[in-house]
Amino acid sequence: MTGADPDLTGLDLDRVITNPGTEIVICCGSGGVGKTTMSAALAVRAAELGRRTVVLTIDPARRLAQSLGITELDNTPQRVNGIDAGNGGSLDAMMLDMKRTFDDVVLAHASGDKAQQILDNPFYEALSTSFSGTQEYMAMEKLGQLHRQAVAEDRWDLIVVDTPPARSALDFLDAPEHLSRLLDGRFLKLLLAPTRGPLRLMSAGFGIVLSTMNRVLGSQVLTDVQTFAAAFEALFGGFRQRADQTLAQLSGEHTTFLVVSTAERESLREASYFVDRLTEERLPLAGMIVNRLHDTTVALSAQRALAMAEELDQESPEAVALTAHARLAATREREQAVLERFINSHRSRDGRGITMRGVPHQDTDVYDLTALARVGRLLSDGLLASEGVPPGDDVGASSQQ
Amino acid sequence: MKRPRHTLHIVSGKGGTGKTTLAAALAYALATEGRRVLLCEVEGRRSLTDLFGVELHGAAEPRLLRTPAGGHVHGLSIDAEDALLEYLRTFYRLGIAGRALDKFGAIDFATSIAPGLRDVLLTGKVYEAVRRQAKGRTDAYDAVVLDAPPTGRIGGFLNVHEAVSGLAKVGPIRDQADSIMRVLRSDDTVVHLTTLLEEMPVTETIEAIEALAPTRITVGTVIANMVTDTPLDEDQLLAAAAERLPLDLPDLTQSERAGLGEEFATTARREQQERTCSQRLASAGLPMVVVPRETLGVDLTTLGSIADTVAAQLPEEINA
Repeated sequence: MTGADPDLTGLDLDRVITNPGTEIVICCGSGGVGKTTMSAALAVRAAELGRRTVVLTIDPARRLAQSLGITELDNTPQRVNGIDAGNGGSLDAMMLDMKRTFDDVVLAHASGDKAQQILDNPFYEALSTSFSGTQEYMAMEKLGQLHRQAVAEDRWDLIVVDTPPARSALDFLDAPEHLSRLLDGRFLKLLLAPTRGPLRLMSAGFGIVLSTMNRVLGSQVLTDVQTFAAAFEALFGGFRQRADQTLAQLSGEHTTFLVVSTAERESLREASYFVDRLTEERLPLAGMIVNRLHDTTVALSAQRALAMAEELDQESPEAVALTAHARLAATREREQAVLERFINSHRSRDGRGITMRGVPHQDTDVYDLTALARVGRLLSDGLLASEGVPPGDDVGASSQQ
Repeated sequence: MKRPRHTLHIVSGKGGTGKTTLAAALAYALATEGRRVLLCEVEGRRSLTDLFGVELHGAAEPRLLRTPAGGHVHGLSIDAEDALLEYLRTFYRLGIAGRALDKFGAIDFATSIAPGLRDVLLTGKVYEAVRRQAKGRTDAYDAVVLDAPPTGRIGGFLNVHEAVSGLAKVGPIRDQADSIMRVLRSDDTVVHLTTLLEEMPVTETIEAIEALAPTRITVGTVIANMVTDTPLDEDQLLAAAAERLPLDLPDLTQSERAGLGEEFATTARREQQERTCSQRLASAGLPMVVVPRETLGVDLTTLGSIADTVAAQLPEEINA
């Protein structure tokens, strides 16, 4: 490794979450990096620092949900008890119910029969429960609702959002666009064409397309989609418009994105795509949380530790301790090196890199409020936590992907 | 040359448990002398490209490596849209019209919007690769290893019957789903679940076993990855966890010894947790393969040693 270790304390998260101008923090990252825990910990921290906070989680582990008091999927924020409210803050939490959010959107915009017509459509049923992009679309929809409610009722001044456990961090931005492209797209327009105005001649090419689709999918599917899209468009003027509105809301000054990653190649690559995309779309990026970092206080290189262990009886406690240290030291070195590369490859023209905040690997699962509050403090103090974090030696907890 | 016990190996696991690495190691282990093994990924994460340094494009199945035993591992990144076009070519002889469909956005539309179609197409391609052997084709494989979606989605992914229930009750897709399901439920197929010996991954593994039960697909082994696996006995662990096991290392300074002792205590506490988790998993009644933590991270060299570890614990499965 060359040069100094990368700066993992540059991102001042306390400043981000206490800035009255910050109203929405969106935590993004690929699956398995600890995104849900980080958003919950950040929300707890914000509440402790005096902000009236609501955290929108998507798919929390059961015990985390329990400690936040959101075991019921009722799709409305519930007060979390046991938060230090000394600074005037508070914490509400909710878990996204995708189907119910979608139903609510329909019910809010259509009356009686029309709403029922959509809700009963078999394609709507599939779309609202199993389509892969619906979760992202509904997370954005819910975020929009929460923000309007926060403004109208003066109930919250900070919304922290966890994003769905997607393959790629980009899905959160892409899914609504993809959904609208499908449902407002050229293909569907062609499908809908015969029902609109004067009968037009269909191109021979499209005839083949339609009959093939019918053969492959079954004619009922296309009919359902057609009926649904027509009803939906009549109500909302299309998905795209709605998705665009929400995205425009997110692009405002009061929103900021946080990328969560581990120091592993795969999750850093996803983080990298996401950072590039935010830059491209001029969406605000606060910085990056690097989770599950390993550190050691023992100045003994991996090589030397291994060499010493080899001299000993392999079953002796000394050999075990030295091997464990070698793993830790090697992991630390590898992590610092990939982070250094990441920072260098994302330096902007003026030489500034992405600001980062490292979070040490936690040796126990983070479930209860006390643990969340502790991680929240780590987020603000980073690796240099004064209270002394035991060196995590869970070497490569997610390195062997 | 003997045949491996199963032709199709499906590897799933919670994110972060090393699913891709273990799928690759299993393919490596199965590729004994003279065998051809196909390693498939379905979510386009480029994980195989990262690991092997070989680009996977379209329908190509390039060789990823030749094992020291003399077998070959090939790679395939399955894409739902490509699979649909191939499907249309094969079953409808739709060459040009297939491209027209693509131009109209119909392929994207069909694979995204039709519930379950995507999963049927992805598993369908795996099915096609498995079936080559029965058809006596020259591009056949002795085994196919699938790096499948994570445990949270594996039940839905493999339950292709359920998936197409929203589609036509009869017709080619339905028939295709029936054929795939027959292979998945046959003696040729086995599912392996990767886990860490930590509370959450173990819980997810047990949940995945429950989720797979209705599919009637065989779950073969649980592969515990990154296990601490020290030779210490219970008493030594207990003492080490409490920092009461002295380390006789005169070459180190006082502070180095103290730091090492703290790290050692953490290792011991983790191993105690791992042993508890191991007992929980044992109650699921499945054979467990233990893969110790790699000291220096995973690359192609360590992949070989992980493959050896897996092969040594699954001799009947590999059937070399």
